[in-house]
Amino acid sequence: MSGFFDIPSDLQHSWTGLIGLHMREALLPVAAGLLLALPLALLCGRFRWLYPPVLGVTTVLYAVPSLAFFVVLIDYTGQTELTVMIPLALYSLVVLVPAIVDGVRSVPDETLAAATAMGFGPVRRYAQVQLPIAAPAVIAGLRVATASSISLVSVGALIGNQGALGNLLAAAQKYDRPELAVNAVLTMAALAIVCDALLVLLRTLLTPWMPRGGTARPKPAARRAEITPEGAVR
Amino acid sequence: MIRIDSVTKRYPDGTVAVDRLSLDIPDRSITVLVGPSGCGKTTTLRMINRMVEPTEGTILIDGEDSRRQPVTTLRRSMGYVIQNAGLFQHRTIADNIATVPRLLGWGKQRARERAAELMERVGLDPSLARRYPYQLSGGQQQRVGVARALAADPPVLLMDEPFSAVDPVVRKGLQDELLRIQDELGKTIVFVTHDIDEAIKLGTMVAVLREGGRLAQYAPPAELLSRPADGFVEDFLGADRGIRRLSFFPSSALRPATDAVIPVDASAERVAATGAAHLLVTDADNRPLGWAAREELTGGGVRTDRLLPYGRPFVPGTDSLRTALDCAVLSPTGWAVAVDGDGRVTGVVSQQTIGEAIRAAHTAGRAEAEAEDEKVAG
Repeated sequence: MSGFFDIPSDLQHSWTGLIGLHMREALLPVAAGLLLALPLALLCGRFRWLYPPVLGVTTVLYAVPSLAFFVVLIDYTGQTELTVMIPLALYSLVVLVPAIVDGVRSVPDETLAAATAMGFGPVRRYAQVQLPIAAPAVIAGLRVATASSISLVSVGALIGNQGALGNLLAAAQKYDRPELAVNAVLTMAALAIVCDALLVLLRTLLTPWMPRGGTARPKPAARRAEITPEGAVR
Repeated sequence: MIRIDSVTKRYPDGTVAVDRLSLDIPDRSITVLVGPSGCGKTTTLRMINRMVEPTEGTILIDGEDSRRQPVTTLRRSMGYVIQNAGLFQHRTIADNIATVPRLLGWGKQRARERAAELMERVGLDPSLARRYPYQLSGGQQQRVGVARALAADPPVLLMDEPFSAVDPVVRKGLQDELLRIQDELGKTIVFVTHDIDEAIKLGTMVAVLREGGRLAQYAPPAELLSRPADGFVEDFLGADRGIRRLSFFPSSALRPATDAVIPVDASAERVAATGAAHLLVTDADNRPLGWAAREELTGGGVRTDRLLPYGRPFVPGTDSLRTALDCAVLSPTGWAVAVDGDGRVTGVVSQQTIGEAIRAAHTAGRAEAEAEDEKVAG
């Protein structure tokens, strides 16, 4: 009665239940982080002075240990999933904001000038031209944020069993069942790999316009370096 | 008409990109802004669609201040073509072309039909519609850029060095295509380039700008070549402006001589009757075969394998004096071969005859210019 997938009853979830819980606690913060990062990156692109302070703040937030976050948040949100997810969402910003800003900045100048000249307003231009072209960079950011979030959820075990699969680590100690710890680690790794694969698939679906293989012609962006653009315009 | 009325662009750091520039840009013609780097030509172009706002002065579109309509409305009424095309790499060719119609709220079907129509107009294969920009050559991308600018049928087309990033052969093709499209559509085109040859080839009017955004001369290309306003314009035009000016003189005044042309089956008497040192031999269909020295032919019978090449012929009336002179210079005998539209020989022209025609054209041009000056002075 102590099989690999037998979860102690005090965790109140089956193995698959824990997986669902884990995914929710890991992915909702990344989604929230993305929703926050998109307008933030738009502002950083428009007001260049804003980017260094934004980057600084997200880095400082990332440096705050999750335990410290929990201590502060627990007064407001209690021993709930939310207490785990808020720090994770903030952590994801440190990856997502630079990923989006860099991706958006990599859009060639002439593409932007053409969009402006055709009568795109700033928000429409961001949503319809810059973000789609930045999609590969954004998804690269999402891959890092998702993998890190999946592993970080387990820290939630420290506050009243909110760590989903991470709770198995505590249970392994408590009941002296090391196989539960192995289960937790392997399952989290598998989840991370599956999510990563799905994101790669998403990128492929979103970017039919990307050259694939080695036969592609150089993109205008690559050629731009050879041609000195006419000065005068700033 | 677009009227640029003493417009100045000064940046916060004090640099003046454009300095009290005034230009009247006529409707349904190509006006070229040309000058060295930093002369403010792109800035001027971008002030027309307000991508750059003038510091002083106004720009009037058909008499109305361009600031009186919403900036996106203004821009959607002006096609814009940029260096490297600036295509949306994430959209198909058809979707790229349909951009402005879609922004204007056209239905999907109508926009798609319009895109197909424009691809044909700019000489793109319809099979490219569903491709992405990276799958096209530089020249094809630039054609898409032109089609995209024309999509909503705007009265004005702004072109910012559109052909400078493609190789010379493709560039010539694109220039010819633009002239053909302009013949059909009659847009008001403002065209920026740093290439004076392109300016002279395309422009109905050419504005030469100098560093600091000041206008050096604004004139039709032929006048630019014949009467550059000052040393700067003269230098910018380059050393061979005399030769280039010949492009604007028609060769219709040349009277090709026929006595030095003989058919391949000419008799010895016929050869003996001609006075020229070299004779152009033609085939039964009156097409040129090559040159032969007269003494080689006196025995009768033509050795076609020993003929000198006749080079490139010209068509009097269609080609310019520049082409005629070029043919004569390239010809091994110094005589240019004149043909009709079907390639049949109408005669030969000596360098001397072409030289006389050039002098006559210059005299006529000077008289015209003096008459105009008198009119202005009086």
